[in-house]
Amino acid sequence: MPIRFEPRGERSTFWIYASPVLAIVLTVLGTGVIFRILGQPPMAAAYTFLVEPLVEENGLAALAVKAAPLIMMGAGLALSYRANVWNIGCEGQFIVGAICAGGLALAYPDAPFWLLYPAMIVAGALGGMITAGIVAFLNTELNVNEILSSLMFSYVAQFLLLYLVTGPWRDPHGLGFPQTAMFSDNATSPMLMEGTNLHLGCVVAPLAAIAVWILLSKSVLGFQLRVVGEAPRAARFVGFAERRLIWIALMVSGGLAGLAGMFEASGPIGQLTTNLSPGYGFTAVIVAFLGRLHPVGAIFGGLVLALSYLGGDAAQIDLGMPNAVTGIFQGILLFFLLACDILILFRVRVVSAPRARRQAAE
Amino acid sequence: MTDGADQPYLVLTGITKQFPGCLANDHVDLRVERNEIHALLGENGAGKSTLVKIIYGVMKPDAGEIRWQGERVVVQNPAHARKLGIGMVFQHFSLFDSLSVTDNVALGINDPQDRMSLRERITEISQSYGLPLDPGATVHDLSVGERQRIEIVRALLQKPKLLIMDEPTSVLTPQEVEKLFHTLRRLASEGCSILYISHKLEEIRALCDTATIMRLGRVVAECNPREKTAKELAELMINAELAAPAAARASASAGAAPRLTVDRLAIASPHAFGTDLKDVSFAVAPGEILGIAGIAGNGQTELMEALSGEVPAGGAERIVIDGAPVGQLGPRGRRKLGVCFVPEERNGHGAVTSMTLSENTFLTAYVRRQLARIGLISEHRTLDFAREIIARFDVRTTGPKAAARALSGGNLQKFLVGREVLQTPGVLIINQPTWGVDAGAAAAIHRAIVELAERGTAVVIISQDLDEIFLLCDRVAVIAGGQLSEPMPVRDASIEQIGLLMGGAGAMKQAERALAD
Amino acid sequence: MIFFLTAFLVSVMAAATPLLLAASGELVAERSGILNLGVEGMMLVGAVVGFAVGHRTGSTALGVGAAILGGMGLAAVFSFLTLNLLCNQIAAGLALTIFGRGFSSLMGAGYVGIAGPALPKLNIPVLSHVPLVGPVLFGQDALVYASFAILAAIAWFLYRTHAGLVVRAVGDSHDAAHALGYSVKGIRQLATLFGGAMAGLAGGYMSLAYSPLWAENMTAGRGWIALALVVFAAWRPARLLGGAYLFGGVMYLSLYVQGVGVPIPSPFVSSLPYLATVLVLAIISRDRRRIRLNQPACLGKSFHAVA
Repeated sequence: MPIRFEPRGERSTFWIYASPVLAIVLTVLGTGVIFRILGQPPMAAAYTFLVEPLVEENGLAALAVKAAPLIMMGAGLALSYRANVWNIGCEGQFIVGAICAGGLALAYPDAPFWLLYPAMIVAGALGGMITAGIVAFLNTELNVNEILSSLMFSYVAQFLLLYLVTGPWRDPHGLGFPQTAMFSDNATSPMLMEGTNLHLGCVVAPLAAIAVWILLSKSVLGFQLRVVGEAPRAARFVGFAERRLIWIALMVSGGLAGLAGMFEASGPIGQLTTNLSPGYGFTAVIVAFLGRLHPVGAIFGGLVLALSYLGGDAAQIDLGMPNAVTGIFQGILLFFLLACDILILFRVRVVSAPRARRQAAE
Repeated sequence: MTDGADQPYLVLTGITKQFPGCLANDHVDLRVERNEIHALLGENGAGKSTLVKIIYGVMKPDAGEIRWQGERVVVQNPAHARKLGIGMVFQHFSLFDSLSVTDNVALGINDPQDRMSLRERITEISQSYGLPLDPGATVHDLSVGERQRIEIVRALLQKPKLLIMDEPTSVLTPQEVEKLFHTLRRLASEGCSILYISHKLEEIRALCDTATIMRLGRVVAECNPREKTAKELAELMINAELAAPAAARASASAGAAPRLTVDRLAIASPHAFGTDLKDVSFAVAPGEILGIAGIAGNGQTELMEALSGEVPAGGAERIVIDGAPVGQLGPRGRRKLGVCFVPEERNGHGAVTSMTLSENTFLTAYVRRQLARIGLISEHRTLDFAREIIARFDVRTTGPKAAARALSGGNLQKFLVGREVLQTPGVLIINQPTWGVDAGAAAAIHRAIVELAERGTAVVIISQDLDEIFLLCDRVAVIAGGQLSEPMPVRDASIEQIGLLMGGAGAMKQAERALAD
Repeated sequence: MIFFLTAFLVSVMAAATPLLLAASGELVAERSGILNLGVEGMMLVGAVVGFAVGHRTGSTALGVGAAILGGMGLAAVFSFLTLNLLCNQIAAGLALTIFGRGFSSLMGAGYVGIAGPALPKLNIPVLSHVPLVGPVLFGQDALVYASFAILAAIAWFLYRTHAGLVVRAVGDSHDAAHALGYSVKGIRQLATLFGGAMAGLAGGYMSLAYSPLWAENMTAGRGWIALALVVFAAWRPARLLGGAYLFGGVMYLSLYVQGVGVPIPSPFVSSLPYLATVLVLAIISRDRRRIRLNQPACLGKSFHAVA
């Protein structure tokens, strides 16, 4: 093979930032190829997918609305992954958070806003935290791999939601659709701008990301989480309690996911339905990686991936392409992201064949 | 016992091997005759491992020639070496824990035949050479000595003419050592020469016909070890002159209460193939430097973990610091009381290599130097302290924001030692203070330790480097097989005695008795 | 009664087969030290590719072959990322699943609701008419039998051949294997590709025999359950059979209960397999010692050759 990877010796600062950008570029090219295969002119399709959602009326607001849950979850995951705790069950934590908040909204629609809404916020966060807490318990006490258990609970949460919106919580005036009644005004997130869906969550999300960043990089606790993730032996050496840190990582990422669920349900959607999350849980994983596992990077990652959702919708409506283009874009993006990361630690050298043989002989 | 008429088995001429930053082998010549047990003697870092890896085909030399049975060869890889008739028993075994003895042997020989005949051959060889092995046993149930037998039987199955053994006895009990020697003598007489790497002087004098002594990549002497005393061999191995023990140093204040007391510490090792600690007791006075000598793998890691609080000591009274029982306290609690530690492994244990020096400073110093306020890291104070360490200890680096992995080994070690020393501990415990560190950095670290002791700190140095121990310490004890010998004043001890004690727990009792006479 | 029992057993076998196939492949990969979380993605790709080719050509055999290749293709990407580019195995596996879902949704968009060719039941003459035992043992489609054969072959390979011993050795200690001269990278590549082939085959079974049709995300988490199965089986082929059938039973039970009209809300029953998985994992993983004894010591660890 005429390509050789030479270790750089230390991480290349340039590529730490350039790698995600390169990955995005490659992904766009790759998606263009797919557009071609599906019979669409690549440039026009790429425009529809990537640019149109931004330039159309209230496009940026729509982007912010779509990005809010992704940013919140992505920031939480960044913290969790930095601690080497692989929480993959954000989808489930998101749903349970929405359910808890929604339950309050449906039970007390006439409660005063200043009481109900904060209670929903707390309920949403708690719902996510409890779901993640079960995963933490299973991991620290029973040694169960957190990836598998958190994933299983995602499926269970989806079924729970299905049960509730088709059963006890179904809207009696809803014509039999699997959804609850719309939340009352007292249970809906305040809107921020006329004519758009911009809601409180859109502001809370980046603030939450910044809060997570401060926690992770400036606090003693955040330091402990990072050490446990990067050098567990050193963590033990200085007495950082691994179990407690695993709990914290899961509770924070779970709580944020639950909170995201609450904002989504009480904001743009306004009720509980089975379509609460178009796969946000997995997408949040990509958001975290795209943001280099940095909570503030999750803002950037969330915006990019929100665009992919809007683009998918646009492609479906305007070009008649299947909505699954979004999924493929996201999958390819993660591939390229992982692949480009090697450039941070290694230099690519194209070696001529005789030189390769000589080197191998040494 | 050399057969003069025939050719030597192995002749190395001018072997040279350069690694980045280190000349491992510098024009090394070596000659192994047939029927010979040939010792390769030298300290850590002398270049012995590199040399034998070249002989066994694991790496190729940059220059030099290998002649095997009179013919020039280039050993391509271990399989080729085995075909030539060269076998090797590594110091760190290449064994698979979850597999059986037979499976392990099958994986390590050139052409494994069917299971049944292999089992028979294993049983046959192991019994006839005094290395009993059950072919069906699973490796993780076996003792270290038994594991070594697998490696040896594996090598013997290839009918080697030269068997290289790398530090074979560091993991054996005295009885097992005797058995091994018996086997090796027999092999040599049957035509399989042995190249025996070790730094255990008494063993070499007991076993070997010839010795080649290496130091810093070069051959410094060749002799018949039986014609030299252990002291002479040690001097050749370590240095021309042994540095005089530090008698001139202001010693420990006599009669003062010890700052660190360890009382009958006994711990089951949490590591797979660790060494359990048995009945370890010692005390260190203020201003005293106690050295704990021993070859790696005899319980030093476990002792360090028990002292640092990573592993509970099994009773609060087992470890007492300045009068306070700390056996049940974790690392943070012990640091608060004024104990600081430098573990043997810089990467991933003493420091987080991917983090900056400033963050690594915070790692251990935040308690004693109050680098945190209301749960937040005080960047300012942390950077200041990091800069202080860098300046005082002459750490060559771009600054406190440099990543730890960017520093050379010596500089990182200076930093880590400085980090602990500048926390003004009452007790300092260091495991392998200058391992893998260049001479300049080592000297700086030694200076820092001595200065710290002069200010009243009790210091414990765990080290494989006898030079270092004799240079710095007031008293020395030897750890072997998880047991600690009675500490003795350094000026009363000699390399010979220490070497004997390092030879093993059983030998230790004998040696102690001998010394007492 | 016999009729119910027969139908029950036949259906359990059908439900268990994709789990068995996917888990068998992952078992081999994990024995070599590779943790491939992308089983779900590989199954989906296998399912959609198998269905598409089967539908186009009308031949289930070609469909099955395409499914295998589809799974292997995705596994090749994983192996490139983790073995050549030294990516984190967890991240790479997730990438595989996410991509697999997206790709299969996209490619399968045109095939939703279309009837496809179905693998024929073998229905061995005479024997398959024996009451109870007949249809269960002799009336299944070829892949069901293949799943047994493949599992047996894997057991034989791992425990009775030198090559299988090498695979187990690499998973136990890649450093020792490397020191002894074995190509850790090459062995892991082959094991990964085999895992991909089996996952693809499992997916193909779902879209060509089990359903047989294509629906988005039709594997519904079976890939993840297969991963849990490998843990449950303590990385041993024999126990894998029991585990697959246990889970197959639970999965079928949930469908059956819904069909029969038992007054338990269907989502509860549908979530049973997933809860059961967690329960089983909790029981098995608890015994840390047993896990440590049986889990390949190098599972999930990247190998960096130190000369």
